[in-house]
Amino acid sequence: MSKALIFLEQSQNSVKKSSFELVQWCKDNNVDFEAITFGTIGDEAKSDCERFGVTKVHQVGDSTLYNPMTWSKALTDIIKETSANFVLGSSSVQSLDLFARTSALTDAALATDCTELTLVDGNLEPVKPLYAGKCSCLVKMTGTSPQMVLMRPNQIKSAEESTSTLEVSTKTLEATPSNFEVKDKIEGEGGKVDLTEANIIVSGGRGLKEAKNFELLDSMAGVLNASVGASRAVVDDGWVPRNMQVGQTGKTVAPSLYIACGISGAVQHLAGMSSSKVIVAINNDPDAPIFKKATYGIVGDLFEVVPKLTDEFKKVL
Amino acid sequence: MNIYVCIKQVPDTETKIQIKDDKSGIKEDSIKWVLNPYDEFAVEEAIKLKQSLGAEKVFAVTLGPQKRVQDSLRVALAMGCDEGIIIDSEESMDSLATAKAIKSAIEKTGGAKMVLTGKTAIDDNSQTFTQQLAALLDVPHAQGVSQIDVDGSSVEVQREAESGSKEVYKINGACVIGATKGLNTPRYPSLPGIMKAKKKPVHTHTLSDLGVSSDSFVTYTDYRPPAEKPETKILGGEVDQQVTELVGLLKNEAKVL
Repeated sequence: MSKALIFLEQSQNSVKKSSFELVQWCKDNNVDFEAITFGTIGDEAKSDCERFGVTKVHQVGDSTLYNPMTWSKALTDIIKETSANFVLGSSSVQSLDLFARTSALTDAALATDCTELTLVDGNLEPVKPLYAGKCSCLVKMTGTSPQMVLMRPNQIKSAEESTSTLEVSTKTLEATPSNFEVKDKIEGEGGKVDLTEANIIVSGGRGLKEAKNFELLDSMAGVLNASVGASRAVVDDGWVPRNMQVGQTGKTVAPSLYIACGISGAVQHLAGMSSSKVIVAINNDPDAPIFKKATYGIVGDLFEVVPKLTDEFKKVL
Repeated sequence: MNIYVCIKQVPDTETKIQIKDDKSGIKEDSIKWVLNPYDEFAVEEAIKLKQSLGAEKVFAVTLGPQKRVQDSLRVALAMGCDEGIIIDSEESMDSLATAKAIKSAIEKTGGAKMVLTGKTAIDDNSQTFTQQLAALLDVPHAQGVSQIDVDGSSVEVQREAESGSKEVYKINGACVIGATKGLNTPRYPSLPGIMKAKKKPVHTHTLSDLGVSSDSFVTYTDYRPPAEKPETKILGGEVDQQVTELVGLLKNEAKVL
């Protein structure tokens, strides 16, 4: 009988919703599961767990401040303690780092940034995009140790609500080794949703002509409760900070809706957003490559289209 | 003790990717191979840190078929690495098996004061090698590093975390660093650098020399092209019509609002 350990990543006192996609996957595939989280589970996080059907969680330590050394050690211990054959999570900066170190500590198979996940004869078979999405492959996993998979958010079925009572088993973290110290965490600007977690992204490129015109996107994003992204060109020019960059050397995003304004669609940009569910392209050049990837396109002047579109969104939302 | 920079050769981003007829991989004959862009940050930083860390040599290390990997290795040597190590293997190996081989090569050649890697390789974007190598060497790591300050025998690093935040680690002694954009501006190999690189020593090992195998827990199979996208709907008419139609489609057809 297979058993999974699901990593529930906490962010600002709640569990990231993409973590629950793995809970749903286990339920759909009749895989028994327990969860692990780092830092005290607050009321909000607890009620989310119960709302999405988590019954048992191992709560490790009392801080959500990431420590690669102690967290990977604790995850290794709990994998052994629970005899989990699968360890699942949602791909993020934190989970990638944690899973990668843990995979070497446990001598386990690990596949990251996957977009599909099936269970075949007791083995996990994820699908993983390669070469910036120019192709993908099936990942075969072997070895006697656990099989570890990180899924790109928003790719598999989202969690359905159910009810459960959460049993919390608490563990303390071991002391940090003396050669390593997490000294500080410097928060980014604003408390906006990270691009990789965003459900809707409004993104801008050179077509915006200058930095201050990002205001147009900010107001559309405000109406849609969206995050704002950017192409590499405008990040390199210093119009917006680097953490807003979508693409091969920036972030890989897969929101439900991606609205590209004044972005021509260089292959490196497309690599970072082409698995978005719906793509809208607004550009004055009908031959821009972005239109090939788009679900809907408007060929026109974004300075005219974007404000009107923002007004139209206001009407219906 | 040395500094090691782990490098990988990857298909140039502009290269057209074609899948082999038996779906076991991609056709490699027409590919232009380049040094993984993130590894350039690692090479540059290694050269810069050699003196302040008091390292004897900077080794560039790579694994793969010798014929394919030597060009990228020469680039790293031309930029300023002192010597090269090729682990010559035709086998396809996952990042953990690769880390085991490279660990062995590091230990055989004097041990590391610091190991630098690129944060990710742009071919499969797994972002796992840095941490795996560190765990095998039993030293700390920092992944996605955009700043390194050396202070005696310790380093303080900043790594890029979620939502534009940064985590600051202080590490004493050996460690593995995954370099990202912003850490430095990689130099272009100079002509004298390229000439000198031709004479720099390159050590070649086989997996069996290193006492490791190519056994991998993860194998990529059944390659397939990306899913076909339905044809793009270009909305016509005046701007007012276009935006009304678009919002209607997003709400009623795509159901994403």
